Amino acid sequence: MTTAETTLVEELLAGKHQALARVITKIENRTPGYREIVSQLYEHTGNAEVIGITGSPGAGKSTLVDKMAKTYRDRGDTVGVVAIDPSSPFSGGAVLGDRIRMASNVGDMDVFFRSMSARGNLGGLSTATADAVKALDAFGKDHIIVETVGAGQNEIDIVRAADTVAVLVPPSSGDGVQMLKAGILEIGDVFVVNKADLDGADRTVQELREMIEMSGGSMTVGGGHHGFDTVEVDVGEEAEEWTPSVVETVATDGEGVENLLETLADHHGYMARTGELERKARGRIANEIRTLLRDDAAGIASDELDRRGGIESFVDRVQAGETNPYDIADDVLGDLRECVEGGGR
Amino acid sequence: MSADGKQRSIRCLVAKVGLDGHDRGAHVIARAFRDAGFEVIYSGLHKAPDEIVQAAVQEDVDVLGISILSGAHNTLVPKIIDGLKEYDAFEDTLILVGGVIPDDDKAELKQQGVAEVFGPGTELEKTIEFVRENVPEKR
Repeated sequence: MTTAETTLVEELLAGKHQALARVITKIENRTPGYREIVSQLYEHTGNAEVIGITGSPGAGKSTLVDKMAKTYRDRGDTVGVVAIDPSSPFSGGAVLGDRIRMASNVGDMDVFFRSMSARGNLGGLSTATADAVKALDAFGKDHIIVETVGAGQNEIDIVRAADTVAVLVPPSSGDGVQMLKAGILEIGDVFVVNKADLDGADRTVQELREMIEMSGGSMTVGGGHHGFDTVEVDVGEEAEEWTPSVVETVATDGEGVENLLETLADHHGYMARTGELERKARGRIANEIRTLLRDDAAGIASDELDRRGGIESFVDRVQAGETNPYDIADDVLGDLRECVEGGGR
Repeated sequence: MSADGKQRSIRCLVAKVGLDGHDRGAHVIARAFRDAGFEVIYSGLHKAPDEIVQAAVQEDVDVLGISILSGAHNTLVPKIIDGLKEYDAFEDTLILVGGVIPDDDKAELKQQGVAEVFGPGTELEKTIEFVRENVPEKR
């Protein structure tokens, strides 16, 4: 760890905004030395409430996040936001447009909003996002919101890493709700029908409720949930279960946002009481270790490949009928495997 | 650590500041930057200098492109620069101004820390080239 990095970590912990911004840049760019920085920050994390927000484009995620941040700020809490936008697979360029919706918090430095592009990288996005969340956590943010379209496994992994996941569903999205069944329904702790002032909102709420009820007979607590905007959680019960709740909001004028925050807090409370929070954190750490190992091992293998003449030469040999990809993989990893298994430490 | 060091991407904030609703130029630049492979954050219209500073600091942009067609550049640009200095983000941000800027003012702006002023009719390639050549190496 160089002195520059030590200084940066110290400045971040002391609350310097530019240092936080720079650390996130290093995380995104995987600048040499970023791992040491994140390692240093690690012991200062674990205090923030992390919320993942996902939903189709145009569902109103950014506008809702803006209002949520404002409401948290009114309570005196600090907020960090990581907003992920897609990047062009061709040029790698991106227009990161989520910031434009952050109209309620302009000039308020205690809402730290950071746009990230997906950069089309393989699995790196979830690592980068998780590390950016750590930086915000170490900085001392009370609430951290991760916002993403949630298209593709990568992005779903990102929101799943949050303590609480809110899924936005626009009204009249009958087909959309059908789609939800496949994947997103399972990850949503709270469903938000945004733009609830539009026609069809009631129906969407209804459809979501039905689906939640159908999806898990065991999930329903105490005979259904008729409380309009809240979930009934029976605290006295032994095996407490969380039934995903459905909340209505109109993000543009802030309607229902208080209620949403209550529900999110309820969920967090439930997670803390039941030990789910701990269990989720363990899962997250396990995933992190696996991902890092996989990336690092892949790096070693790729270096070895380069030393042996590069991938193209192997492709040539396969095409010429001399060998096949399986034998090559065995061959290239052979020394490595021997080193590990043969106790070559 | 072989996975390191290949993710560098130039980040830009394209900013509209003050009472000036002409954003065609800003849009064209934002799109051209995107197509050049940059990551572009667009501020939206009618932003105050504070908001631009907040965005530039938090997003840790390499390039801040300020589009001004209202004639208020002598008031607004220094405010932004002062704000960046306050947050220690001035040194490694490349500041560009685009718009209708009289020659006399150009010199003044450059002296304050604007790297280049691009007037009407500037070719997009020229601006992109300038960014590529002058983008600060962040430490």
